[in-house]
Amino acid sequence: MKLRATFLMALRALRRNKMRTVLTMLGIIIGVAAVIAMVAIGNGATSQVEAQIAALGQNVVLVFAGSVNSGGVRAGWGNAGTLKIKDADSIKREIPDAVAVSPEVRTSCQVSADSQNWFTNVQGESPDYFSIRNWQFVEGTSFTDQDVRSSNKVAVIGGTIVAQLFDNDDPLGQILRVKGVPFTIVGVLEAKGLSVMGQDQDDVVIVPYTSAMKRLMGVTNLRTINIEAVSPDKIQAVQDQVGQLLRQKHKIQDDHDDDFTIHNQQEFTTAATATSRILTILVVSIASVSLLVGGIGIMNIMLVSVTERTREIGIRMAVGAHGRDILLQFLIEATSLSSMGGIIGIALGIGASKLLSLFAHWPTLVSPLSVVLSFMFSACVGIFFGFYPAKKAAALDPIEALRYE
Amino acid sequence: MTPVIELRNIDRTYTSGEVQVRAVRGVSLTIEPGEFVAIMGASGSGKSTMMNTLGCLDRPSGGLYLLDGIDVSKLDRDQLADIRNQKIGFVFQGFNLLSRTSAIENVELPMLYSRKRLAARQLREKAVAALGIVGLAERSGHYPNQLSGGQQQRVAIARALCNEPSLLLADEPTGNLDSQTSIEIMGVFQRLNEQGITIVMVTHELDIAHYTKRNIIMRDGAVVSDAAVEDRLFATAELRRLEEAHQAVNLA
Repeated sequence: MKLRATFLMALRALRRNKMRTVLTMLGIIIGVAAVIAMVAIGNGATSQVEAQIAALGQNVVLVFAGSVNSGGVRAGWGNAGTLKIKDADSIKREIPDAVAVSPEVRTSCQVSADSQNWFTNVQGESPDYFSIRNWQFVEGTSFTDQDVRSSNKVAVIGGTIVAQLFDNDDPLGQILRVKGVPFTIVGVLEAKGLSVMGQDQDDVVIVPYTSAMKRLMGVTNLRTINIEAVSPDKIQAVQDQVGQLLRQKHKIQDDHDDDFTIHNQQEFTTAATATSRILTILVVSIASVSLLVGGIGIMNIMLVSVTERTREIGIRMAVGAHGRDILLQFLIEATSLSSMGGIIGIALGIGASKLLSLFAHWPTLVSPLSVVLSFMFSACVGIFFGFYPAKKAAALDPIEALRYE
Repeated sequence: MTPVIELRNIDRTYTSGEVQVRAVRGVSLTIEPGEFVAIMGASGSGKSTMMNTLGCLDRPSGGLYLLDGIDVSKLDRDQLADIRNQKIGFVFQGFNLLSRTSAIENVELPMLYSRKRLAARQLREKAVAALGIVGLAERSGHYPNQLSGGQQQRVAIARALCNEPSLLLADEPTGNLDSQTSIEIMGVFQRLNEQGITIVMVTHELDIAHYTKRNIIMRDGAVVSDAAVEDRLFATAELRRLEEAHQAVNLA
């Protein structure tokens, strides 16, 4: 028998019982819609996290100083005085794949301009820092290497400082007092918003690291060295080379531990996205249960349908239908049921994710793979759960079926 | 000429529970092309089992059944389905039309299962032609519940005819119809028979059997009588008489 004719026959049978068809499809519709929407939300969250981490800079390798261990009390990373400016210099000089290097020191203190004051983070960096973090200027420019060499009193500020101290007036050329030391503002950074950890990244004053070390903090060691590798595939190589170089410069013997720690961008990315991925998997597996339940619903209704239509099956067999024709008819009916449910569910799921991004401002990203997979899965649900009822129909004895009341 | 039906010593034994029931016992008979046969008998006489066997819905337990020269007693399920499709047209007591399916689509049904592939247009043409033969061409779009019992049975006859079978098998075709409609249906059968179609029907109504050419009477699974009909009735004449009787009542 022609497949097209069988297909039309199945559609007609489904049309006859519209209410029942819709209710039967509902399980699949809800299941598929849930999977599509959940995957979209999960993907959206993941890509948002990835974007936030990318905002930290591309291909970044971070070297932290080791921790102080005085009398058994261990301070956090960056407190041991093991990283020096000359370490940063030798990294820049000897590792060609490290294209940008910025020694870093940090402190938090009160800053003031005119009559306003504000407690903020002050960082000492090199001009490379802005390219490492891929940070653009909305006004002015970075300080220069010359400023670093001369420990000049120049500063670059973030958007939050502009808002808090300058009431959004033009701050370029104005004086900012940090611990009483007057710095001239040369640049204003573009807004980056909150970091992955929820910190305001724009609440920052950045000055040459030499100025910070000599004029503000009175220290000679660094907290961190920020390094940018030339490309993503060189990150590991740079990390290894930096490790070897620092061990050699610090004269660490083979059986001793490093007095520094190296992290790279990918570690942060992996850690952050792993969380949202696990969440996605969890939610999707719950949604899949609803698909399974939908499949059982289809099986149930197909069994009812086979019993109801026993006489029809008898007539078809009497006029020459093979068992195979009957099997195909019911299988196509079940599969049409589940695939239509799948298509409606996909539409609903996409619609739901669009609404979520529109009204709840959740980032969503509908993945084409999840659409294709859930359609195929719903079709398979139809075949799997439709097979038993169809087999039962095909095995009917024509004489018995014709006599069925 | 090859007989349409040739039965040699056909047996059919059922096992119901632990009891063996011999529904048909050693029946032999031959039906030639162009015959119009009524198989009669009380319930339990084995005529329904005979019908199922003749219709290739059931296989005999023993004996030989040649349909149109083909031995069908050893065929499997699918082969029997093909034989039913190509050689036999069924007309049932309860009409057995697919509900919520138009008359023309009901007629097309056997052609859908035909191993001969026909285009949708050819299917439609043949179905219209078959409906024309039974005088229902203008009702092809109607659904069974919009048709009278007689019209439904005509659709069923058209369905039986569409694959041009060698044999038309009717199981109590007038069982659900009033007497006038029964005569009309017998008229359709007589007309088809005159055009050369072989018809075998099962009935328990003696007057209906008189419209056929040959009556076979069964009892306890065996043929007890097999004779040509002598005082044969003709539907056209009977209907005319009925009409006149009606008018006489109206005039009086």
